[in-house]
Amino acid sequence: MRRLTWFNTVSLTFGFAFLYVPMLILIIFSFNESKLVTVWAGFSTKWYGELIRNEAFLDAAWVTLKVAVASSTAATILGTMAAHVMVRGGRFFGRTLFSGMIYAPLVMPEVITGLSLLLLFIAIGLDRGVFTIVLAHTTFSMCYVSVVVSSRLVSFDRSVEEAALDLGCTPFEAFRLVTLPIILPAVISGWLLAFTLSLDDLVIASFTAGPSSTTLPIKIFSSVRLGVSPEINALSTIMICIVAVGVIATSVMSKRAIARQAREEKAAMQAA
Amino acid sequence: MNPRKALLILVPYMWLLALFLVPFVIVLKISLSDVELAIPPYTPTLDISAGWAGLKDFLSQLDFENYVWLTQDDLYWKAYLSSLQIAVVSTFLTLLVGFPIAYGMANAPDEWRPTLMMLVILPFWTSFLIRVYAWMGILSNEGFLNQFLLWTGLISEPLTILNTNTAVYIGIVYTYLPFMILPIYSTLEKLDGSLLEAAEDLGCTRTTAFWLVTLPLSRPGVIAGCFLVFIPALGEFVIPSLLGGSDTLMIGKVLWEEFFSNRDWPVASAVAVVLLALLIIPIVLFQRQQERQQEAEK
Amino acid sequence: MSEPAPSTGPSVFAPWNDPAERPLIQFQNVTKRFGDFTAIDNLTVDIYAREFFALLGPSGCGKTTLMRMLAGFETPTEGYILLDGSDIGSVPPNRRAVNMMFQSYALFPHLTVSENIAFGLKRDKLPKDQIAARVDEMLRLVQLQKFAGRKPHQISGGQRQRVALARSLAKAPKLLLLDEPLGALDKKLRTDTQFELMEIQETTGTTFVIVTHDQEEAMTVASRVAVMDHGKMVQVDTPDRIYETPNSVYVADFIGDVNLVEGTASAHHRDGKIEIHWAEGKPPIVGTPMQPIADGTRCTFAIRPEKVHISKEHPEGKSNIMQGKIIDIAYLGNISTYHVQIPTGEIFKAQTANTRRIERRKFTWDDEVWLWWSETAGVVLTG
Repeated sequence: MRRLTWFNTVSLTFGFAFLYVPMLILIIFSFNESKLVTVWAGFSTKWYGELIRNEAFLDAAWVTLKVAVASSTAATILGTMAAHVMVRGGRFFGRTLFSGMIYAPLVMPEVITGLSLLLLFIAIGLDRGVFTIVLAHTTFSMCYVSVVVSSRLVSFDRSVEEAALDLGCTPFEAFRLVTLPIILPAVISGWLLAFTLSLDDLVIASFTAGPSSTTLPIKIFSSVRLGVSPEINALSTIMICIVAVGVIATSVMSKRAIARQAREEKAAMQAA
Repeated sequence: MNPRKALLILVPYMWLLALFLVPFVIVLKISLSDVELAIPPYTPTLDISAGWAGLKDFLSQLDFENYVWLTQDDLYWKAYLSSLQIAVVSTFLTLLVGFPIAYGMANAPDEWRPTLMMLVILPFWTSFLIRVYAWMGILSNEGFLNQFLLWTGLISEPLTILNTNTAVYIGIVYTYLPFMILPIYSTLEKLDGSLLEAAEDLGCTRTTAFWLVTLPLSRPGVIAGCFLVFIPALGEFVIPSLLGGSDTLMIGKVLWEEFFSNRDWPVASAVAVVLLALLIIPIVLFQRQQERQQEAEK
Repeated sequence: MSEPAPSTGPSVFAPWNDPAERPLIQFQNVTKRFGDFTAIDNLTVDIYAREFFALLGPSGCGKTTLMRMLAGFETPTEGYILLDGSDIGSVPPNRRAVNMMFQSYALFPHLTVSENIAFGLKRDKLPKDQIAARVDEMLRLVQLQKFAGRKPHQISGGQRQRVALARSLAKAPKLLLLDEPLGALDKKLRTDTQFELMEIQETTGTTFVIVTHDQEEAMTVASRVAVMDHGKMVQVDTPDRIYETPNSVYVADFIGDVNLVEGTASAHHRDGKIEIHWAEGKPPIVGTPMQPIADGTRCTFAIRPEKVHISKEHPEGKSNIMQGKIIDIAYLGNISTYHVQIPTGEIFKAQTANTRRIERRKFTWDDEVWLWWSETAGVVLTG
């Protein structure tokens, strides 16, 4: 028995206002004429222009993008392998340790992960730069990927893989031709998750980045520490818009796909 | 075991061993070392070429001095206590804000729910840093909130919120709210509507039915949500350093400063080890609770 | 329970009785253990080419493990499995001339019906036109030509079942394994499909091994049925013999409805018949044992309800007569089952075909009736 009471309506309204008003204010003030972020002085897009001319931000954005693409791709491959091992691997030596290492990074404070990786890189004499950030991001985001992919692997009928083997596939062919196409949506969302985690990460990147490899979050953090600035608002607005468009588009598409599948299944039942 | 399967296991295994477990061993080791004006700024370093004698020599130089130091300087234990306090209070506040939203979502008409769900998840995909930053403009003395309150006449002087613990609470509630809403919503959504009908049939009013049926049955979601907020809040760094003041003590911030400002790596490592020890209790409890939940659902 | 289906196929098809015939599959002392659990216990059986062999038993009896060993998903812990005389114990599933139809059908959701059927053929690297021709043939066989381009979620459950069958038959395997192939269909569709399955088995000449827990299904389709329990085959026989001459109480009780009476065998009667003393002060039951039984052996007399006659008058000149009172009647449409309590308290079930309309029925609750059966109607079991 589900009824929307006035209490529900009020809490939903205030709740979503709480979630979205701050971002809305942020976006509105990115179009402010004045340098003061808090006082409205007329509409202007000049901060977007400033942003585009700011070499340091553009460089940092480029580094961030490179790191994010490289680390999320590596994390997706490693995370999918790890998920396969967790769900289909059966028993092997050190399985408990393995699953512990998969879940631990999810709850590990970033300061600890960052510190420990930095100390490792120093201990083995690895120069810090884009490469070390990629290593660090790959390590923690592969765990997220493996959680997303294993939940899909758990829910899918094992006998579909067995059918592929039965019909003459080698285990690798069965993975490539049957398992991968079926779990592909989960693999893609794993990649997207790893990508956003990498784009977002400040703490671990701060520990593992070298002087020549400043990422966007590091740049934003160091300029935000000195106070609010309309340029950062402009940058934030662009990032929020990209994410919003992406998330809304995916959810509309998946909703349509689900609706179509349901319609076709219904049609098939009636035809039978 | 065939070689291909062994390879499949070994690649992620070795990766995690090398980049997750080994770094911890290094942190542990450095936390037992002494600070030194050198590169790297700690001693001793293990000299593998010296063999067994070298190892013995190395081990004899390790001590718990840094941990003793953590107990003597009250900065550290105050930071631990204040982290705990901030994490507990903000988890509770997040629950107070999150539960009514999750409850409202579960009672919303079916066709709204995917949209509401998406609206809760959307902030999660946007940058954490940006979401914290958004509050800096709102909470400052001449910020949006003060302007609004002055305009309504509720206050005559701007409130100082930014750079206080209050701002940290607001920041944590705001950024971790989706982690509280989603698990509670998923338990409430699964709740069989006929249970409430049965309760009303047996004489409950809608309100007593909520207290006697809905609330007890939403407990697993509430517990999961609280852990998901509490665990990351305890080691939080970004929120206290952007929204908190100089007197806001949180252990993540202390570690950061110890490392980057004081360059005292052994103490920073010791702080990390203690933080981890502090976290293990809630993590293990959370794990247990999740396992019990899965058992119950089978 | 209905009458057993008459043995299908030509009556001469009985390779298991021909010592010259070479079996297609031989299990030789096969044991399979999972940790402490013994799923298959020292099992030896032969299955012949063109057979429709049914593995029947409750869940956990080992029938699925047996089938998975044939497919290659499990390897025997001990013993050998021979296919055409060669050991296949360690051959991986993708190199066996054995195909399987899965209980869940396991259709590839991202491929169309014809791509699903072509999947195995493509693995054999056959030329394109040959694959196309074979897929066409298979689609015709299961009458799904119209649905070739659909995805599995766009067709009905019954159609999916046929795609699964066509896919597993496409490679013309020596042996086809069917794991509860009709389990997901509703009762009406299941009966129709059983006959279709038998027809396809005959036209393709493939050897079928079917796993099922539905005894009617096993009796309908199979040339031989193996009744399994705790990793052993209790009885392997044609459906009619399984029903008429079960070799143990387990089989008699598992297949169909049965009245069981425990007693002690005694004093040889005429023509190899024996008397079973089953209750103090009651005339013994006269029965025919399948093999000689020593005096004083504990045994169980089993008789099917439809072989127990029921009448209002005392039957003259018959053996095995008992008097009792009807305490329950189960009306099933075509037949009725009467539960008759005899004075010692035991309940016997007797079945009659309802050849007349219900208002003309002869018996009703609390009627005093007579039960009787012939000396050869039941079986005497010692196992």
